[in-house]
Amino acid sequence: MDMKVAKKKLGLKERYSHMTRGLGWDTSYQSMDDVYPYAKYEGIKIHDWDKWEDPFRLTMDAYWKYQAEKEKKLYAIIDAYNQNNGHLSVTDARYLNTVKLFLTGVSPLEYMAHRGFAHAGRSFPGAGPRIACLMQSLDELRHAQTQVHAISNYNKHYNGFHEFRHMHDRVWYLSVPKSFFDDAVTAGPFEFMVAIGFSFEYVLTNLLFVPFVSGAAYNGDMGTMTFGFSAQSDEARHMTLGLEVIKFILEQDPDNLPIVQRWIDKWTWRGYRVLALVAMMQDYMLPKRTMSWKEAWEVYFEENGGALFKDLARYGIKMPECAKTIALEKDHLSHQTWGTFYNYGAAAAFHTWVPDEDEMNWLSAKYPSSFDKYYRPRLEYWREQAAQGNRFYNKTLPMLCTTCQIPMLFTEPGDPTKTCYRETTFKGEKYHFCSDHCKKIFDDEPEKYVQSWLPVHQIYQGNCFPEGTDPTAEGFDPLAAVLQYYHLEFGRDNLDFEGSEDQKNFDAWRGMATRNT
Amino acid sequence: MHIDLRTVTITPLRHTFDHVARRLGADKPASRYQEGTYDMQATANFHYRPTWDPDHEIFDASRSAIRMADWYTFKDPRQFYYGAYTMARARQQDTAESNFDFVESRGLAEAMSPELVRTVLDQLMPLRHVAWGANMNNASVCAYGYGTAFTQPCIFQAMDNLGIAQYLTRMGLLLGDQEALDAGRKAWLEDDRWQGLRRYVEDTFVLKDPFELFVAQNVALDGLMYPLVFETIVDDVFASQGGTAVAMLTQFMTEWSAETRKWLDATMKTAAAESDENRALLEEWTRKWRDRAAAALTPVATIALGAKADEVVGEVTEQFNKRLAKAGLAL
Repeated sequence: MDMKVAKKKLGLKERYSHMTRGLGWDTSYQSMDDVYPYAKYEGIKIHDWDKWEDPFRLTMDAYWKYQAEKEKKLYAIIDAYNQNNGHLSVTDARYLNTVKLFLTGVSPLEYMAHRGFAHAGRSFPGAGPRIACLMQSLDELRHAQTQVHAISNYNKHYNGFHEFRHMHDRVWYLSVPKSFFDDAVTAGPFEFMVAIGFSFEYVLTNLLFVPFVSGAAYNGDMGTMTFGFSAQSDEARHMTLGLEVIKFILEQDPDNLPIVQRWIDKWTWRGYRVLALVAMMQDYMLPKRTMSWKEAWEVYFEENGGALFKDLARYGIKMPECAKTIALEKDHLSHQTWGTFYNYGAAAAFHTWVPDEDEMNWLSAKYPSSFDKYYRPRLEYWREQAAQGNRFYNKTLPMLCTTCQIPMLFTEPGDPTKTCYRETTFKGEKYHFCSDHCKKIFDDEPEKYVQSWLPVHQIYQGNCFPEGTDPTAEGFDPLAAVLQYYHLEFGRDNLDFEGSEDQKNFDAWRGMATRNT
Repeated sequence: MHIDLRTVTITPLRHTFDHVARRLGADKPASRYQEGTYDMQATANFHYRPTWDPDHEIFDASRSAIRMADWYTFKDPRQFYYGAYTMARARQQDTAESNFDFVESRGLAEAMSPELVRTVLDQLMPLRHVAWGANMNNASVCAYGYGTAFTQPCIFQAMDNLGIAQYLTRMGLLLGDQEALDAGRKAWLEDDRWQGLRRYVEDTFVLKDPFELFVAQNVALDGLMYPLVFETIVDDVFASQGGTAVAMLTQFMTEWSAETRKWLDATMKTAAAESDENRALLEEWTRKWRDRAAAALTPVATIALGAKADEVVGEVTEQFNKRLAKAGLAL
């Protein structure tokens, strides 16, 4: 009689290894270089893909199960929130502008991340990182779609949301986040992983995603808050992957260090420049503040990031140089950015306003060395002018930084009274920059950045008018034509919050919901 | 009986996003599939060309020879966006889990004859690598294809392929041991019967046209392989030899392949209906890859079918032709 031999019990790690890297093989009918054509051109040297440590061991069956549970809960809450007119329970209608900024500026990036990780996930010859990237690709699609679905109900009731996709590819300030992600996706797969997986997801996510979600929680926006919380466990996985990638690359070959250091320097700065939008959101746009931009930077970058870079020091990685500049800007960033949007409030798809007295006092307390001295007087002057019927709208077009594409609004590090200008000449053409760091990024790869689709240049070249526009026609109004090209509805999507349709509707609807007349 | 619960009624300003309304032809309520899919991919004003493919934009319809006036003409009949997709798969996963439990707890694997177990493992274990190849190819189509309506189902497909490779792995560990996986891998790399199929898979890895890759992988190869292996060899041949347990362990594959065919056929039909040029191209690709797939699968099928492999592959191919004829392709 046959004795049944007990099966060798596999360890979790071994079992997972059969479920993943055990599936791959070295091709022989086609060369590995042809099958993975993008694996070498960046100069990163990988000798042994099997040294990759899987940061989490998630098989597809478990993935479907966990994610479906989360989706069920999320959509149940969104449905209940919508049915109950939850939008009327936000602190005040100014808050909605935060959500507009998020949907037009950030959600399309989640979609880009989905496609970018599909590309990275196809590109690496190692099975372990490939699977981790593809799972992230799928997660990012989730984030893009749950955001659109959660915010969809706001679009039904308020302005500024209705053309988020169209605007993302065209509107001047949205070229800041768009060019950031286009930059990452057009880089090689390793740089993409350092840019998005590490710098963005690991180092900066607490400064981007978290302020929006915490802001939502503080301001009664249960829809946005719920997708944020629901995405949290995905984000934790993504952060782990980002860190694992860096360590893996650095452990593979000492020659990788200078390349990775350059990427970390570049992407910390690129990411930080995008965060200018978040900084002003935190300090100016949330009716109920969570924390100031400066506090957030100190906690999440200076403290947490400082610890991270200390940990990476054993690989030879140094804290990016730009951290010093950022520290000098932290008392000024949000004020200068909001000031610019207040100026260009006629060309933005959300409303702007002067903070009220309480809010100014909060800003004074949070920024004792800068707000009262430099920024309060200007806001008070604008408020005074608006009260006299002279709400100021700037109708000229600003010069943009070729790299980050933000108008040249930032001041010299250490001197908030002087605008910072840098320039470089490449093939006989002059290019302008907001900072030494943006200039350096250009100088390292000029062939790439000369391609930038700069909104102001494009407007002057006549590329941002609706098809069939005749700019030589009598009475041609260029600003109006540009707004039409953006699909931005003048008087509804833009201008001051005071007197806006959003303000009136919110008040009327809240009245219906809370009073009997 | 009707009860009338009251909520404050507010007349909304609009019913959906403008880009969705343009596609629906009017401002009316849209489904989550529509809002999560339409125009989600960027189409204009890309800032830089990919350093890895400077001849194209980041998203560029000209990566494929298939021409569509509008890539959002494609519709997934399953209406899968992320939420609908994961919830559907979680239900199937539940069933698969109970099936594995059932087979394990009743000792059904031990009830199979050692000869049958060996044939099952020889036949199915190398398919782990085929499914893995499918995962890579669908990742490619998702990354380099054009328009969310076309690319979104491909990331779902890619992850399904991975799931299938993992179900096969679990089955191998249940029926055999890691030696079963190793033997399958060795056969995949060295056994003559598998080399035609491995060459096929590796040749698809280097295809540059995302739509041709879609045809070679999802339509031609999987279109022949799943009916041949899971519907015929597993459900008929193995079952008749006392291997019903195998059918339980691969139920996911059988159902999945029937479900995904609806989407694949709809996609082929839409692309073919667009123009004569598209149809001619799809027919050419489908014929070419179908013939190669049939030739590569025949020696593989001899493992379970012996001399009947030729005939069965012929029948499956005939079914395949009929199926694609409904999508408007004359093969």
